[in-house]
Amino acid sequence: MTKPPVLILGARSDIGKAVAHKFASLGHPVQMAARNATALEADKTDMELRHGVPVTLHEFDALATDTHEAFAGALPQLPQIAICVVGLMGQQTENEGDIEAATRVMRSNYEGPASILAVLANRFEERGNGTLVGISSVAGERGRATNYVYGSAKAGFTAFLSGLRNRLSKRGVNVVTVLPGFVATQMTDGMELPAKLTAEPGEVADAIARAVERKKDLIYVRRIWRVIMLIIRSIPERIFKRMEI
Amino acid sequence: MKLSGWGRYPVLEARIHRPRSVEALRDLVLREPNLIARGNGRAYGDCAINRSATIETLHLNRMIAFDPKSGQLVAEAGVLLGDIISAFLPRGWFPLVTPGTKFVTLGGAIAADVHGKNHHKDGSFRACVDWIDVMGHDGEIRQFSRKKDATLFDYTLGGMGLTGIILRAAIRLRPIETALIRQTTIAAPNLKSVMAAFEAAQGATYSVAWIDCLGTGGNLGRSLVMLGEHATRSDLVPKQARAPFRVKSKRKLSIPVDLPAFTLNSLTLRAFNAFYYWAGARKTDVQLVDWDSYFYPLDAILGWNRIYGSKGFAQFQCALPLDRSEAGLTALLAEIAKAGSGSFLAVLKRFGKQDGAFSFPMEGYTLALDFPVNTKTLELLGRLDQITLDHGGRFYLAKDSRMSAATLRASDPRVADFHAHRMSQGLASRFVSAQAERLAL
Repeated sequence: MTKPPVLILGARSDIGKAVAHKFASLGHPVQMAARNATALEADKTDMELRHGVPVTLHEFDALATDTHEAFAGALPQLPQIAICVVGLMGQQTENEGDIEAATRVMRSNYEGPASILAVLANRFEERGNGTLVGISSVAGERGRATNYVYGSAKAGFTAFLSGLRNRLSKRGVNVVTVLPGFVATQMTDGMELPAKLTAEPGEVADAIARAVERKKDLIYVRRIWRVIMLIIRSIPERIFKRMEI
Repeated sequence: MKLSGWGRYPVLEARIHRPRSVEALRDLVLREPNLIARGNGRAYGDCAINRSATIETLHLNRMIAFDPKSGQLVAEAGVLLGDIISAFLPRGWFPLVTPGTKFVTLGGAIAADVHGKNHHKDGSFRACVDWIDVMGHDGEIRQFSRKKDATLFDYTLGGMGLTGIILRAAIRLRPIETALIRQTTIAAPNLKSVMAAFEAAQGATYSVAWIDCLGTGGNLGRSLVMLGEHATRSDLVPKQARAPFRVKSKRKLSIPVDLPAFTLNSLTLRAFNAFYYWAGARKTDVQLVDWDSYFYPLDAILGWNRIYGSKGFAQFQCALPLDRSEAGLTALLAEIAKAGSGSFLAVLKRFGKQDGAFSFPMEGYTLALDFPVNTKTLELLGRLDQITLDHGGRFYLAKDSRMSAATLRASDPRVADFHAHRMSQGLASRFVSAQAERLAL
């Protein structure tokens, strides 16, 4: 029995690759979409060798929103599961001074991901089934001085996913919001992250596969983040504004 | 960040880089004054740490090609042996040589020229390596094999990453019929009988002994010898034979915190060792065991290195020449038993013939033990070094974390040749680990 295909948007990132490997290891054909997709040729060979499933590469630019309809139409098969790993953290200090940099962060974490998931959502809705997964962030749960540009875009994306879930819940389409917390990736290389709060990309991938299978709505990859964010959200703004956090 | 080997001793402050492409790796090689590659950090000591630039290769971990006719796999150095098993065991292939953990990288296995339970029969890891791609200090990638640059090929196997960055390799896998091992356990009450059991089992594919390092007097060298053969389909009951590569997934234990140092004292160790021998001696028959339990029993306990507490532990592994093995092992075991600080798992193994310009094994016997790090055991390890030297033995660099340069030189005339090779090739100042500095390699 062949399993249905899984589309990974932003497949070049560490989390994207880990998720691709996870679903391939479960026997799903994988569609890897990213900018400069031909650079993923070696990863395609690797995944086909390891897991014995077909892997296809697709040129995809999250920021070129006017191409998203055509992108979805050109896929060899409409996927059963689509996972959006697209994101860009940027440098908060740069984002504060440079509106172009800030806009790129906002568009990469909200506009682009929301646009492609909206396109896929309509097609999944029409078909009457499917699962959409969006990788958002705990940073979207409350704006903090150290990364509020990134955080605000993720907050928008989280709200978008929740609205999409609400709309599609009776149409056979599941929407999963993933809040990974810290993850040891290229994006966070060189940061000193607390080990107990930091997940490996493989752990994120396992959590996503589980969430998809169990039709979850929203998951934190490490459970401790649910507690941390509960506390952070409940601090009164009057106190929060003076904190360094 | 703080970096150590699997033994968690010594802990050094080091800068770590994780290149995601060959280009990023080349930039590092050209930019950094000196550096060392690191795989999955499973060597015990400081051999994969460079304080100014440690290059972790775990992201360079793609499989490139597999030939189902010859069983040759081409892969990048960061691939884990466990990944190779996951991918190819279901298709009837297994690594030709594997160490006691599947969490090592291909690059690490080559750099340490690791050995397994079949060393007496198949030799060390080099036996399965067809060629290696190595990035030199000039950032250029060169392919070494037995035919092309044979000397560099030879020195890279067992060269502890000191001949360049191992990038890719072609290795040959072994065809197997099932995922099971037919294991025979022999209880040997003393050293003479365990050695006799090894000599009698030269034809076995796999052989290894767990040895009670706290046994004294008549119990000195008391061991359980475990022999293994890859089970064939005809060894299985029909139900198993229909899915010969399927193995039930087991629960993994995990040691989440450092155990307090007093957990392991001579009393608990003595009790554990006596019980282990007694339990093993009761079932000295033939059993079918799955590959994971047979080859990698400790992998089932994630983070087992924490049972020795936060100060970490030191491994000791020496090889003794055949004709002096009995005397050397007797002296080593007597010294360990006298000190009363043994290890949970002490391992004895018969080595077969060995090729290689700088590889560790030699024909004879090898003994491996670990000790919690403290002043008393470090002194004991110094005495074990001396006994090894007195009996013409040598030391395994993948396990070492505390030996002196003088001890290493005295143990092995090949050290000077290896150093001269590094000097002549311009490698000595560029590929440097904390171990290489300590041992003046």
